[in-house]
Amino acid sequence: MSRTPLDTVEHAAATPDVELPWAELGLKKDEYERVVEILGRRPTGAELAMYSVMWSEHCSYKSSKVHLRQFGEKAPQSDALLVGIGENAGVVDVGQGYAVTFKVESHNHPSYVEPYQGAATGVGGIVRDIIAMGARPVAVVDPLRFGAADHPDTKRVLPGVVAGIGGYGNCLGLPNIGGEVVFDACYQGNPLVNAGAIGVMRHEDIHLAKASGAGNKVVLYGARTGGDGIGGASILASETFDDAKPSKRPAVQVGDPFQEKLLIECTLEAFKEKLVVGIQDLGAAGLSCATSELASNGSGGMRVTLDDVPLRDSTLSPEEILMSESQERMCAVVEPEKVARFLEICEKWDVIATVIGEVTDGDRLEIYWHGGKIVDVDPRTVAHEGPVYERPYARPDWQDALQADDANKLSRPATSEELKSQVLKLVGSPNQASKKWITSQYDHFVQGNTVLAQPEDSGMIRVDEESGLGVAIATDGNGRYAKLDPYTGAQLALAEAYRNVATTGAKPLAVSDCLNFGSPEDPAVMWQFAEAVRGLADGCLQLGTPVTGGNVSLYNQTGEAAIHPTPVVAVLGVIDDVARRTPVAFQEDGQLLYLLGDTREEFGGSAWSQVIHDHLGGLPPKVDLERERLLGEILISASRDGMIDSAHDLSDGGLIQAVVESALLGGKGARLVVPDGLDAFTFLFSESAGRAVVAVPRSEEVRFNDMCGARGLPVTRIGVVDGDAVEIQGEFALSLNELRELHEGTIPALLA
Amino acid sequence: MTARIGVVTFPGSLDDRDTRRAIRLAGAEPVALWHKDKNLHQVDAVVLPGGFSYGDYLRAGAISRFSPVMETVIEQAKAGLPVLGICNGFQVLTEAHLLPGGMLGNDHLHFICRDQKLRVENADTSWTSDYTAGQEIHIPLKNMDGRYVADSYTLDKLEAEGRVAFRYVDFNPNGSLRDIAGITNEAGNVVGLMPHPEHAVEPLIGTGRTDGLPFFTSILKKLVNV
Repeated sequence: MSRTPLDTVEHAAATPDVELPWAELGLKKDEYERVVEILGRRPTGAELAMYSVMWSEHCSYKSSKVHLRQFGEKAPQSDALLVGIGENAGVVDVGQGYAVTFKVESHNHPSYVEPYQGAATGVGGIVRDIIAMGARPVAVVDPLRFGAADHPDTKRVLPGVVAGIGGYGNCLGLPNIGGEVVFDACYQGNPLVNAGAIGVMRHEDIHLAKASGAGNKVVLYGARTGGDGIGGASILASETFDDAKPSKRPAVQVGDPFQEKLLIECTLEAFKEKLVVGIQDLGAAGLSCATSELASNGSGGMRVTLDDVPLRDSTLSPEEILMSESQERMCAVVEPEKVARFLEICEKWDVIATVIGEVTDGDRLEIYWHGGKIVDVDPRTVAHEGPVYERPYARPDWQDALQADDANKLSRPATSEELKSQVLKLVGSPNQASKKWITSQYDHFVQGNTVLAQPEDSGMIRVDEESGLGVAIATDGNGRYAKLDPYTGAQLALAEAYRNVATTGAKPLAVSDCLNFGSPEDPAVMWQFAEAVRGLADGCLQLGTPVTGGNVSLYNQTGEAAIHPTPVVAVLGVIDDVARRTPVAFQEDGQLLYLLGDTREEFGGSAWSQVIHDHLGGLPPKVDLERERLLGEILISASRDGMIDSAHDLSDGGLIQAVVESALLGGKGARLVVPDGLDAFTFLFSESAGRAVVAVPRSEEVRFNDMCGARGLPVTRIGVVDGDAVEIQGEFALSLNELRELHEGTIPALLA
Repeated sequence: MTARIGVVTFPGSLDDRDTRRAIRLAGAEPVALWHKDKNLHQVDAVVLPGGFSYGDYLRAGAISRFSPVMETVIEQAKAGLPVLGICNGFQVLTEAHLLPGGMLGNDHLHFICRDQKLRVENADTSWTSDYTAGQEIHIPLKNMDGRYVADSYTLDKLEAEGRVAFRYVDFNPNGSLRDIAGITNEAGNVVGLMPHPEHAVEPLIGTGRTDGLPFFTSILKKLVNV
């Protein structure tokens, strides 16, 4: 039926001189030669397809691996960690027999090419990672970065991305409880669409991606396999966008959230009946990844009959079937006597399920097509023994000049009037403005366990209805800080996410990250990456929060221009009783406002320097992780003992931004006094880390001050919750109405 | 002795578990019903929950309306079985012609999720008797296809017969005609609305209000004759 003979293993061995399109599939010459060396012959077309996708940057982490090892080497001792790096997602013990799995991933490149589907399938992929661990997904978060808010292409990309996230997540029944939206011209051709998800399970329900037990069946279930996303992983995620090359549109996958919802329910039902030995979702690199990872993590080999894969398009070649990234598919390893029940559950949920192979005694992954053996490999060489690069890296020669361009020397407002107008400009700037227009397109309420959702400092989900046990998650990143100093920038992202979790009253437990950078082939970018990883690993060690997994996205650059180095850090925390959570909104007139931490003249990378001076230079704020930990302890104790009624962390935009947000959310104003030793400008705009503003009921004033004093945390009384304006005494007052109009009007005006 | 209230799970139902929780919090016994099963298992009332049944790739609710369970629900609703349709459930009820009119995509073309203010227009149905007519309540709303439409004859008839059960106040979130958020059938046993009362039943969760709980206490009182 085919024009050429089937490229079986025998055929490959007999025809060593056949030229294969390894370069078109993204392999370098030395990588191809290594494949030949491993196999002792040229690969078949199908084998080449598998190696090329699995050895792509996206799947193999070949440029980042040598650095990422630090997350393991420097991992702090943590009793909470149940499953660490290397599985589909990390798992953390949150007490009372519950475990939580969470992870953040990138879907940057597809979302630029096709915003709706790129973002939608990003949600789909991360949710399948969570299900594959045995957990019920309970929430999603979406850290997003776009080009300039007023750039015409942002109006193409952003609404599509937001609709895609909403369209997929809402249809899955997952509340969207957090994330970020940041605008910066550096992301114009490379928007960052990161997606995070949390799942909850009992300890005994943890499942791993491995195929063990000879004779066990390999069941492929979910959507049929089609031609979408072929080569997506190897081509889309691993090459820089370049106008000269042909359009890559067809490589983006198309999502079907309804199918994924069925997949969630039927997988959880199969778990409940203990029908699953091992499980893996099909994401990047599709069946190539699932079969090689399941086989290489297990004790035996695997034999697969590709003819049995249900197809959407019957003309697909075996190579295409192996590379297809059709969404909403999973692969389970099931004992033979349980297969019938597994298939019955799939049928109940109208999910197509097919036995496509079995676990074997040997250590080979063998794949058959039309009776011929087209793959015969050691699965470990595909999944785990890909190339590892020690990419050269060097501190860029412009770094010194950038750091010398001190933001503290920028001209500051000279009068109260000028100060006031700069506050208005800041509050109404796209990065500081309310993101309600975006987040109102996401369902926050579904599942009925949402305690806090954006714009709160962290999202919070109730885990147990009886005890009130809950988990919180915050994601943060600041590419401007990281550009000025990647080591510090990564630690500031960690510090902010840690602080955001503690601000709501939850104890930070563990970290996941999504590391977004430019091309690893550029030594300057590689240096940024190496520094950021080192900073994050050192920081996690110091804070006692292990990295449980994450994702690296490289090649986020157009031509020579890389994005700002953008490590996005997610911190997961636990709270014993969600009734004790602390919200951002001011609750009651008359409550006292305290500023916790030290305020210094730190404006490098600040929102003020960007909005007022369009400037990026100098050094980012100093990081003091011991201080962050102390601040966290105070915030958590104060929440548990009912000493504070609202709290908000200080980060980009400084104190004024935080106070305006708390005031607008609570519908209550504030009167602030500039503390001794600070000028009004520094008081309002400084972005010193390790700070928060809290509102303390008068009855708790003494107790709260005593606690801070005893533990050595600087605490400054700065004012009181009151009225319907934000007033800085002796400077200016801004009515809540005026602030609200500005804060909430900006984004719809630009994007609606 | 309490009432048994069934909650149907269609493929793609999302708020079925939440609705069962709300029923439990109100003091009734929730019973899970399955779309392929015609048997209603002797429940005293049925809730069709929110979600995207069958993905709603066709008109919302258009496929679910033909599922086996709906055959029995339609038959018994006509005989007086209390039925509440929330969001997607409301869409299913209009597709099943248990309630008049239909739902189109939101006029602004976006999904919308917000804490919505409503006015209770009819407090005499099986599902609203614990409210008072004219009472203003806040209930979360979240939908893509929430724009209620009907011809003007039907709308006039609904108004004249007092069958507009809920109206949006201050802000019409989806372009629904005459700000209609929910309606009832003539007998008052079948009620449908777009907002989600099951997401406003606990003080700590969601918007932190409990304005939705009376839906479930209303039906409980009716069924156990308190």
